[in-house]
Amino acid sequence: MLPVLFVAFAALLVVTSLMVVLHKNPVTSALFLVLAFCSLAGIYLLLRAEFLGMVQIVVYAGAIMVLFLFVIMYLNLQHDVETGLQIAVRRGIGWFVGALMLLTGAALLKRGWALGPANEVMPGAEQGNVAAIGRVLYSRYLFPFEITSILLLVAMVGVIMIARGRTGHPSVRMGPAAERGAAGGSA
Amino acid sequence: MIPLSWLIGLSAIVFTIGVVGVLVRRNALVIFMSIELMLNAANLAFVAFASEMKSLDGQVFVFFVMTVAAAEVAIGLAIIVHLFRLRETVFVDEIHLLKG
Repeated sequence: MLPVLFVAFAALLVVTSLMVVLHKNPVTSALFLVLAFCSLAGIYLLLRAEFLGMVQIVVYAGAIMVLFLFVIMYLNLQHDVETGLQIAVRRGIGWFVGALMLLTGAALLKRGWALGPANEVMPGAEQGNVAAIGRVLYSRYLFPFEITSILLLVAMVGVIMIARGRTGHPSVRMGPAAERGAAGGSA
Repeated sequence: MIPLSWLIGLSAIVFTIGVVGVLVRRNALVIFMSIELMLNAANLAFVAFASEMKSLDGQVFVFFVMTVAAAEVAIGLAIIVHLFRLRETVFVDEIHLLKG
């Protein structure tokens, strides 16, 4: 049963990610990406990573993709125009590099993997994945976890600064240009 | 139990699709989505190895990667919106300020 489910989710993931890349309409691409994230969440569930499956759906399929769709519709884009020799050449190069990477990966995967010694029991296997992850996150990874909050704060401040644009500081923008203009005029 | 090689192979395929998307498409938003695909492929490899090694560390790392991806998407989309206001396009080959 497990391999059947895995193959189904994997096929869905590959097909939807191909559609993300190949579809001409960005909105359709974004919706296919939501489907890809959901099938990936299914694979996480099969791997007994329940917490990550939930976070995958809530954060990726929920928050991030809503942000994407909001921006796509805000910009009101038309269908992509992808014709012309230059674009054809670049498309050829892109698919060539992709095929090369896939061949390299296949060659690497043919060799055997030597994994380290495995622990006998999954930590916290008897009390559920979420509790176990919470325990690890708040003990061993407490410092990185707190750093993450600073990262998010920096991202918030950066987004606000970028989104405000240059209109917020006319003096900063005009200052050097005006000085240069005055210097040029006097010279 | 799902074999590790299947999971890593799936991760490699999804990552390659993401790379092809970045190289082939010219819409900055779709390029961004392809980057998300690559991040998710890396996450899948993390979870696969964590499940194989019976350790939770890989899953915690995936959690951090998701946080970084969320921050990255917020900032990247803000940059794209700003670029659109400035140049009226999101096609990356029409944005060539460095060419002069």
